[in-house]
Amino acid sequence: MAAKAKTTAGKKTQSRGTGRGAISIRNVTKIYDPEGVNVMAVDNCSMEIESGEVCMIVGPSGCGKTTLLNVIAGFHSLTFGEIYLDDELLCGPDKPLADQGADRMVVFQNGALFPWKSLLDNVAYGPIVQGVMSKSDARDKARDNLAEAGLGEVADKFPGEVSSGMARRAEIVRALINDPKVLLLDEPYRAMDALTKSIMHESLLEVYDRTKVTIFFITHDLEEAIFLGDRVVVMTTRPARTKKVVDVKIPRPRDYKLLSSEQFRVLVEEAKDAVHEEAIKAFEAGERELA
Amino acid sequence: MTDQAISGIDTSKAQAAPKGLMYAWHRLKKSFGTPTPYLMFFGIVLWLGTYYLLTEGWKVPRFEKIPGPVEVITEFFSYDPIWGTSLFTEDFHTNVYVSCRRIFIAFALATGLGVPLGLFMGWSRKFKDYTFPILETLRPIPILAWVPLAIVMFSGFETPIIFLATLASFFVTTLNTLLGVESIDESYFRAAGCLGSKKHHVFWHVVVPGAMPFIFTGLQISIGVAWFSLVAAEMISGDYGLGYMIMDSYMVNKYVSMVMAMISLGFVGWITSAMVRWGGNRMMQWRVKALALEGR
Ligand SMILES: Nc1ncnc2c1ncn2[C@@H]1O[C@H](COP(=O)(O)OP(=O)(O)OP(=O)(O)O)[C@@H](O)[C@H]1O
Ligand SMILES: [Mg+2]
Repeated sequence: MAAKAKTTAGKKTQSRGTGRGAISIRNVTKIYDPEGVNVMAVDNCSMEIESGEVCMIVGPSGCGKTTLLNVIAGFHSLTFGEIYLDDELLCGPDKPLADQGADRMVVFQNGALFPWKSLLDNVAYGPIVQGVMSKSDARDKARDNLAEAGLGEVADKFPGEVSSGMARRAEIVRALINDPKVLLLDEPYRAMDALTKSIMHESLLEVYDRTKVTIFFITHDLEEAIFLGDRVVVMTTRPARTKKVVDVKIPRPRDYKLLSSEQFRVLVEEAKDAVHEEAIKAFEAGERELA
Repeated sequence: MTDQAISGIDTSKAQAAPKGLMYAWHRLKKSFGTPTPYLMFFGIVLWLGTYYLLTEGWKVPRFEKIPGPVEVITEFFSYDPIWGTSLFTEDFHTNVYVSCRRIFIAFALATGLGVPLGLFMGWSRKFKDYTFPILETLRPIPILAWVPLAIVMFSGFETPIIFLATLASFFVTTLNTLLGVESIDESYFRAAGCLGSKKHHVFWHVVVPGAMPFIFTGLQISIGVAWFSLVAAEMISGDYGLGYMIMDSYMVNKYVSMVMAMISLGFVGWITSAMVRWGGNRMMQWRVKALALEGR
């Protein structure tokens, strides 16, 4: 069992946001297949994410970022350590697998809107199955929320009929209608062209400014990380640990003009140096670097 | 209106998507701009031509006994058939009707049992562990090997035939449904979990629709297999039906009637699988639309 470095729960910081959605990751270790091959994906990783913070995770490919997200979301169990959400234990030594729930909404790398439901039914699905709204109320609210996100016209279309950018935005609408404490995103904009990406960024920032939901965002794109984040956490090569934290003290609301500012450049360089070092280490460790 | 008249493009028409019959007509008109209908026509002519030349034209040895297309077609549409069976005689109607009824019952039974079974097997690991080995041992047994057992087990003509057709299509449907559930991307289950689904929600909103494409592929194959085993069963033990008609005509050297039954089988089989395809498209609009955008 890993040594518990921090056992004192309850040092909640309430600097921004809604006062909810603070994640405390304490000495988390994840070993895949403990009896067999033993891949250590995350090693003794600790991180405090404040309520309402946009925390960007970057790191070399295959270092264990997705693993960490999956542990928080309750898709994988952890091996050692514990994770708290607003001082409530999500998973720990006695309960290695967190319950999946609507308080942590995941937006998946390849998109996971149900292709057999219209955008509207996708968005209305959460409130209906949780039983918090009647069917017609949920559909009304879903329609409003989609319209708010500029998707009113395509609300009745199937995900396969709209562009990937629209589908991704609809997926975020589907997540937010449940009023989650945390939004977990795993490289949601990876396969998009630069223009679509920048539209996605603006729409995510707009959503954030409105809801102040805590965001845990994995990416390979350092400019994206600095542009969106309050803090950029650079991970080491596998097993993942925190290597460096870049604080992004750029006031919000932000817009694309920021991209050409000196302050922005400096921060990107700072993060780049850290990532580059890790990439070289990964390379020297004989791993294929794809990032 | 004037704007449109000047530009020569009626945008109001271009925008409205054609519906129903108009849509079918639109599709048909469009298809004449592609080589497909011409190739189809050419293919049929080529096939019929070869058939004609072999049998009635050149009377190639070994083919001369086979009734040629002209003979078959005249007989088929004759009010006073030489061999006693045509499109207008009652025994033909009975044979077609009996075969179709058997297929309908067998297919309905196989689908009604196979789809739920496959869904549960894909959904519950434990249930699969119980049932899969049995299914996998029974499945490779050729359907003809079941014939004697079916006759011993069931009395009469009807039940053993339906049993055989059901059995064959049941295996196909179950296996395809199972594969369908297993093909569903893990992220949909995760998304459903995140969104607060209970188990039964996951079943109805992820497992069932997610497996649908595979289920319908399976049903297409299963209706074909049902016809196959139906005809085999009818040929061996039957009183009516197209398979029986083939065997019966063969026994009394009515080769024209035999070929007529074969052609009818092809035609009816084609219609039934078109109906399954149509049903599938109706139930999976999401897929039809997504595929249409990819130009398929
Ligand atoms: N289910 C699993 N079983 C065994 N090993 C796994 C499993 N999932 C991931 N791994 C391994 O754990 C390591 C970390 O994987 P993970 O997907 O978390 O990386 P990542 O940082 O998200 O990478 P990328 O940037 O490519 O998405 C990898 O070496 C991977 O091979
Ligand atoms: Mg990943």
